[in-house]
Amino acid sequence: MVNVAQDHDRRAKSNEPMISIRDLRVAYSGREILHGITFDVMKGETLVILGGSGSGKSTLLRTLVGLEKPTSGEVWMAGKNFAQISDAERDEIRKRIGMSFQGGALFGSMSVGENVSLPLREHTQLEDSTIEIMVRLKLDQVGLSGFEQFMPSQLSGGMKKRAAVARALAMDPEILFFDEPSAGLDPIIAAGIDQLILELKKAFHMTIIVVTHELASAFLIADRMVLINKGDVVAMGTVKEMQNSTHPKVRQFLDRIPEPAVAQELDYLQMLTEAQPRPSDARGKR
Amino acid sequence: MAIVRQIGAGVIDGLSYLGALAILGGRAGYFTFIGPFQGKRLRIGRAMAQAMEVGVRALPILSLITFFIGLILALQSAYELKRFGALNFVANAVAISMTRELGPLITAIIVIGRSGSAFAAEIGTMKVTEEIDALETMAINPVQFLVTPKFLAMILMLPCLTIWANSMGMIGGSVFGVLQADFTFVRYIRASLDALFLRDVVTGLIKSVMFGMTITAVGCLEGLRTDGGAEQVGRSTTRAVVISIFMVILVDLVFTMLFFFLGGK
Repeated sequence: MVNVAQDHDRRAKSNEPMISIRDLRVAYSGREILHGITFDVMKGETLVILGGSGSGKSTLLRTLVGLEKPTSGEVWMAGKNFAQISDAERDEIRKRIGMSFQGGALFGSMSVGENVSLPLREHTQLEDSTIEIMVRLKLDQVGLSGFEQFMPSQLSGGMKKRAAVARALAMDPEILFFDEPSAGLDPIIAAGIDQLILELKKAFHMTIIVVTHELASAFLIADRMVLINKGDVVAMGTVKEMQNSTHPKVRQFLDRIPEPAVAQELDYLQMLTEAQPRPSDARGKR
Repeated sequence: MAIVRQIGAGVIDGLSYLGALAILGGRAGYFTFIGPFQGKRLRIGRAMAQAMEVGVRALPILSLITFFIGLILALQSAYELKRFGALNFVANAVAISMTRELGPLITAIIVIGRSGSAFAAEIGTMKVTEEIDALETMAINPVQFLVTPKFLAMILMLPCLTIWANSMGMIGGSVFGVLQADFTFVRYIRASLDALFLRDVVTGLIKSVMFGMTITAVGCLEGLRTDGGAEQVGRSTTRAVVISIFMVILVDLVFTMLFFFLGGK
């Protein structure tokens, strides 16, 4: 594993961890997906979690926001072990995080404005007029000014993602999670989303965690990267450290070297069962 | 041995499904009746929108069907009553079978087709597109946000629809009464009302409230259990309809037995 502390660009940021993950294990219908993940996410940094399909990176993200329950291990967030807290405490922490889902996950029956205002209406006592102004601000930030009245079905893929980011920003979160921000977008629109993440990083100094397999996008937005393979952390470090890494798995991933062709049927089955994609992964690739 | 094992597994599956239904129904009931007194918001606006969809929009089709059912009941009972020269009891037969049994049941089945399936499809689609996950990460309880308004709408609207269905059934029966059994419309209706005890109507309405809870729980549970892609939503919807019909008949049987043995009549 690459040592992190030598990164000088990042000195400006805090050394205090925002999230601490300790020996995190997650099993999904009896099969272990994550085999003991340990790393810290520092305050104010943008961390990219890299990994191939079925590597467990999406499961890791879902565990971090509390959508999957770990079988063992700890996730420390805001001074609490997220893996073992009451529902009420978990909801309190969730009000301080924002998540942008792969397909946007906007509520189809509500307009863009209603989508963005939903967390504010649910969790704050603000006046309608205040909420309206905040919604306009959030939509301005993601470049969707004036789209309050549009329904999600009237938006393009890239616009949906932007609207989803606006909704994730609604409660001014301390941590922002992105699941595959560029999945299903053409390169130009995807670059626009990368740009948006960079702008958010610059403007709010939020802690941002991005799960992706897009290398170009990862190198552009990341302060640090974690490479996950078959449920284990393979390497972690700054962009430069990763690029210079000699670790065979890192090289394979960064240099896009395919897995060796499988000759034997049994080997193939073995490979499939080791790296079987979770249902939600398959969903994303539809 | 394999058969015993299969039966055992089937029974366990069935019981755990009933348990899941009870848990979901219980949580929806908590958020409807207890939550508001503990400062948890009850979404009256969303419940009203649901009530409009579940109740008011079902009226035309419900009226038509129960009108025909009433007419059919009159024809069928007249077939037997005529042999005893008791054709004037047609009104009693229609009124009692509508209020005690067919009114609540036919209403429930129409609501399953219109709304139970819609609940499963709506929530199932939201599950597949990660909207349920999004609610959870926004610290919004999906049961409180999605299921509770439906639950409230259903337990309010099913009794109302049932009363409407009972009346339409009697009006349907009156068509036969007037044309074939020497009744005038007013006399037919009066005979129907005279035949009814309050108990007949109330037991029917109690059953309809239970049907409402059952349909909501099954539809929403099937929606929440949807996993995978869009084709699974269709499967959930089908399952919701089939299981709801089965469960409604089961609940009907249990409550009819309960009323029979407790009420003495």
